[in-house]
Amino acid sequence: MRPTEVFAPAEPPADGQSARKNQLAVTLRVNGESVALQIDPRTTLLDCLRETMRLTGTKKGCDHGQCGACTVHVNGRRVNSCLTFAVMHQGDDITTIEGLGRPGSLHPVQAAFLEHDAYQCGYCTPGQIMSAAALLEEPCGATDADVKEAMSGNICRCGAYPNIVSAIQDVRSER
Amino acid sequence: MEMFAFSEAAGVEDAIRAGAESGTAQQGARVRFVAGGTTLLDLMKLDVERPLAVVDINGLPLDTVTKLTDGRLKIGALVRNSDLAYHPDVRSNYAVLSQALLSGASAQLRNMATTGGNLLQRTRCMYFRNRALPCNKREPGSGCSAIEGENRSLAILGTSAHCIATNPSDMNVALTALGAVIQIEGTAGKREVPIEAFFFEPGDTPERENVLDPGDLVTSVTLPPPPQNCSQVYLKLRDRASYEFALASAAIVASVDNGTFSYIRVALGGVASKPWRSLEAEEQLYDQPVDEASFRRAADAALAGARPQSRNGFKIELAKRCIVHALGVATAS
Ligand SMILES: Cc1cc2nc3c(=O)[nH]c(=O)nc-3n(C[C@H](O)[C@H](O)[C@H](O)COP(=O)(O)OP(=O)(O)OC[C@H]3O[C@@H](n4cnc5c(N)ncnc54)[C@H](O)[C@@H]3O)c2cc1C
Ligand code: SF4
Ligand code: FES
Ligand code: FES
Repeated sequence: MRPTEVFAPAEPPADGQSARKNQLAVTLRVNGESVALQIDPRTTLLDCLRETMRLTGTKKGCDHGQCGACTVHVNGRRVNSCLTFAVMHQGDDITTIEGLGRPGSLHPVQAAFLEHDAYQCGYCTPGQIMSAAALLEEPCGATDADVKEAMSGNICRCGAYPNIVSAIQDVRSER
Repeated sequence: MEMFAFSEAAGVEDAIRAGAESGTAQQGARVRFVAGGTTLLDLMKLDVERPLAVVDINGLPLDTVTKLTDGRLKIGALVRNSDLAYHPDVRSNYAVLSQALLSGASAQLRNMATTGGNLLQRTRCMYFRNRALPCNKREPGSGCSAIEGENRSLAILGTSAHCIATNPSDMNVALTALGAVIQIEGTAGKREVPIEAFFFEPGDTPERENVLDPGDLVTSVTLPPPPQNCSQVYLKLRDRASYEFALASAAIVASVDNGTFSYIRVALGGVASKPWRSLEAEEQLYDQPVDEASFRRAADAALAGARPQSRNGFKIELAKRCIVHALGVATAS
């Protein structure tokens, strides 16, 4: 990940002020790496990850907290990155799907999604996996119904729900 | 989304000073605090909220739950909904609050949402959220599109000819049943407001929803000492089983002595303009036998003043059954 390469700093302002007027300096720690950025305060964490840092694994579905496609971890907890401003996350530890596992060293939830065929188009999958990985550390009952309830913040248009639940239960039974 | 100046509040005073620059703390505020952001960003993206300044209050020391020496529980305004729901004291002594919180939104949203933000979340009325259409709450005097329009999910209690929006919060219903008190700090110092006096019915000023003035910061919410020998239930009815707002909900705190109710609090959600305490239902239950007939009398009394709209008349019977069922669960031995 070399986000600093793709983020072009603002042009030197012609009048010395206005071009940078609305840009804020912020340092984000994403997947273990600290990155210094200049961003518009309106930038959501989701847009910052995707557009500024080119980490496009995190998806945008609804942009209003209604689908879960944008789920990432902030300090180990799952959140909707579309409903928080990037400038609010100075000093936080952010993990995206790119940082959860790698080809060859998949996170157990990633491996289980493969094994259980827990997706169809795959658009919701990064959010599902980030949600499921966080769920492992949360208070959650043992039954499938408990998992369904805990995963209700992630919508799947393809209806891959049964396999998503079995993938998660598989990982939980191994722990 | 319109441009705004972003700042982080260095302390409570700092936040109050920044907030006081706004002409109002109600609809149209030019300064907004951001806590979890799950209501504010949603509405800023729709240009329904257009603050010139956004003040991040997440650095303030308001994120703890404390047992006070007099037995009350003090919940900091920045305590996240998930942390509050799973707090051991809340789980065992204020179960109705834990249940209500866990019935709301999703795990991700509950990790972000705060006590103060949930208290102040805005209505989900689709016309409020759509700037292309008239809405008295968003644009005072423009008219209410919902009264002649899509009002299936809207209120039947505490409405007016100017607005029929519901208060969508589950947490607020439980806080009302528990008799919570809101602590506020503002330019004139500190004050406390019981939750029943915190929210206003719409009347002819639906844009004014609560007692907050510019600069007012909600610092905490306190709960009275745990009600003794009470069972507590939150029952939420909705179009889908999870990640959905209530069509009707009931929060019950009840104690039974020798087969009759010796203590009872009933609050309703999803059907009213504000979190709705039903004194009428409570009156019908005190000293009454614990049976279906009493429950039904209470439910009838609670909804006696209901004013249905073109598409939400079903909510009257739904809310009644919700009360009856919740009372049944609360008193099942
Ligand atoms: C898809 C979706 C589904 C949802 N489903 C449900 C549901 O089923 N049940 C339910 O109850 N809720 C539901 N919610 C709403 C959610 O609970 C609220 O958005 C959340 O509780 C708001 O808290 P917050 O901290 O994120 O608020 P913010 O967005 O940060 O703030 C909300 C408002 O309160 C003000 N504010 C915040 N803190 C303070 C303070 N300390 N003092 C003064 N002002 C303050 C802000 O300025 C802002 O105006 C849902 C939300 C979404 C997006
Ligand atoms: S019900 Fe209230 S919020 Fe909805 S359109 Fe009417 S005035 Fe606006
Ligand atoms: S994109 Fe964030 S919840 Fe849908
Ligand atoms: S796999 Fe297509 S949306 Fe879930």
